[in-house]
Amino acid sequence: MGDLMYKYDQYDQAMVDARVAEFRDQVRRRLDGHLAEEAFRPLRLMNGLYLQLHAYMLRVAIPYGTLSSAQMRMLGHIADKYDRGYGHFTTRQNIQYNWIKLEEAPDILADLASVEMHAIQTSGNCIRNTTSDQYAGAAADELVDPRPYAELIRQWSTFHPEFSYLPRKFKMAVIASDTDRAAMRLHDIGIQIVRNAAGDLGAAFYVGGGMGRTPMIAPCINSFVPLDQFITYAEACLRVYNRHGRRDNKYKARIKILVHELGKDEYTRQVEAEFAHLLSQNIEPPLAELERIKAQFVDPPFETGLSDELDRSDPDFALWVDNNTVAHKAPGYAVAVISLKPVGAIPGDASADQIRVMADLAERYSFDELRVTHAQNIVLPHVRKADLYALWQVLDANGLATANLDQIGDIIACPGLDYCTLANARSIPVAQQISQRMAAKEQEIGELKLKISGCINACGHHHAGHIGILGVDRKGVENYQLLLGGSEGADCSLGQITGPGFDENGIVDAVERVTDRYLGERQPGERFLDTYRRIGMAPFKEAIYG
Amino acid sequence: MTQVQFRFRSDEPVADPGVTVDSFAGQTNAAAVRLEPGDEARDLLPHLDRLRLVEVNFPVFGDGRGYSSARILREAGYTGELRAVGEVLVDQIAYMRRCGFDAFAPEVPLDPADAEAAFSRYAEVYQPTTDGRAAIWAKRHG
Repeated sequence: MGDLMYKYDQYDQAMVDARVAEFRDQVRRRLDGHLAEEAFRPLRLMNGLYLQLHAYMLRVAIPYGTLSSAQMRMLGHIADKYDRGYGHFTTRQNIQYNWIKLEEAPDILADLASVEMHAIQTSGNCIRNTTSDQYAGAAADELVDPRPYAELIRQWSTFHPEFSYLPRKFKMAVIASDTDRAAMRLHDIGIQIVRNAAGDLGAAFYVGGGMGRTPMIAPCINSFVPLDQFITYAEACLRVYNRHGRRDNKYKARIKILVHELGKDEYTRQVEAEFAHLLSQNIEPPLAELERIKAQFVDPPFETGLSDELDRSDPDFALWVDNNTVAHKAPGYAVAVISLKPVGAIPGDASADQIRVMADLAERYSFDELRVTHAQNIVLPHVRKADLYALWQVLDANGLATANLDQIGDIIACPGLDYCTLANARSIPVAQQISQRMAAKEQEIGELKLKISGCINACGHHHAGHIGILGVDRKGVENYQLLLGGSEGADCSLGQITGPGFDENGIVDAVERVTDRYLGERQPGERFLDTYRRIGMAPFKEAIYG
Repeated sequence: MTQVQFRFRSDEPVADPGVTVDSFAGQTNAAAVRLEPGDEARDLLPHLDRLRLVEVNFPVFGDGRGYSSARILREAGYTGELRAVGEVLVDQIAYMRRCGFDAFAPEVPLDPADAEAAFSRYAEVYQPTTDGRAAIWAKRHG
């Protein structure tokens, strides 16, 4: 393990070990026929195991997207030993394996437990893996590292006895900077760690955001919850939802519908009443526990006196630095983002060899640490600028140096109909075609976040894409709707549908027409989203539909 | 009435079946009530002194409202029997126990060995409830 991230103590380890034993027992009962698939289904889902179109899929939790090199190597090992040599990084900062055998799943969980990992609550109607800012602990603009708060939530939410059969799944995100890199307001609960006028840290609670068929941006229901009441407040939010969230219709069961139907004020009133009651129940971990966790997320021993100068004589390297590195809080360091979106590839996929290469690079150049981003890329959070060229050369030799962070080829896509039983349309081939078609214009276009979902459930975040694509089934034929103007950031907005949908080739043409119109309309310094917000939908509709 | 399969109490069980929340309010001598998922558990709080049995029904295992009902009653100081009835499955009973249930009457009886394993699987817990088990954080900072 690295020394700069949370490490299990005997309690945490005993918990995941017990889970392995429990799941091994459940699989044994299933395989020997004592457990029917119907009864087994919710149990395997609580362990992240889905039955997909072709095989079982296992989703492994990567709490707040943070990994050590040893953990990353284990993910590569699992890809080799139990899958077909690939892993798929997801929009929840997790990893999925698509070709799992049921009888081997307990062994995978045992391998994961050996490096302090698990698949607990990566599915099911429970509190899922808590996500965070992928640049936590490194970003120049953060107030504090948000991950200790996410770890506190991880422990509180693990096997929570009251909240394991919620009306629907429940996703939480924690950030601590005004630049929202975690789509915080599109979560069931989004939390921003803030400082009040008195100088104290606290938590702003945003409740009732989400995507799916009814996208909603979460309203702030409490702008400052003191840190010694943080878990109690979350418990109150969840209890009101568990008791009053709709259970009559799966599509109206998320907390966003409850908050919307009650109204923010009434939901907040109920939460505050429950909170006042729960404060008497002494369920809050002491601040000493938060301090214990915080002490494990210390800064790495950054060297001082390093230069910020770079040798930019290699133009390919210079382009990668410009596009794929981000400002770091320590002088002489950079955050390096490894794109898992080479031209024409499956977004978020990495081979076992690539996973191992990234683990080695993290060990050598980034204090043994990696992050998974919700945009399905990998981050090396703490790289000396002096090491960037050597790092880039290794990435380049392994197909990992695509210089397209936040550009049109850096597509978020759900697995779609190629894998998923819920999907209505394929996502991956559309992403591949757009990536190929737009590759030549990508640098000219600049920042443009394109997101594709293969069904209304919106796992590919299409509502929040500057350009979003939604695959639907129209009388048995795949049809793709186009949306413009979404954003997942602090300027959160939901995309609007342009008009009638397209077939697979038509949607690629439409995306190109939209970007051509943008290039014709943009003023100096404007990103696609800025131009869209200035000129509106009409010019783009004209470009698409004539 | 389904058979009680597991009971973690030593007092005499209440013989009468639980009445609905509505009729309970009107029957001043009733000691047993049955809560459906949509019932307001807090309606019972004025009557805790005469209550000896609360049955909480789980018509389907996936409806988790009964877990909140149970905790609300225990948090308010209810000490009588709290019985889970309906679709009570082996993989839910440990969570139910943590929420304050101390009797289980599953519609379909559970395999005793599986149930025993489920009740004792997790030696430690991350959250304090009213079941008396210390949370892991309490042990860390004892």
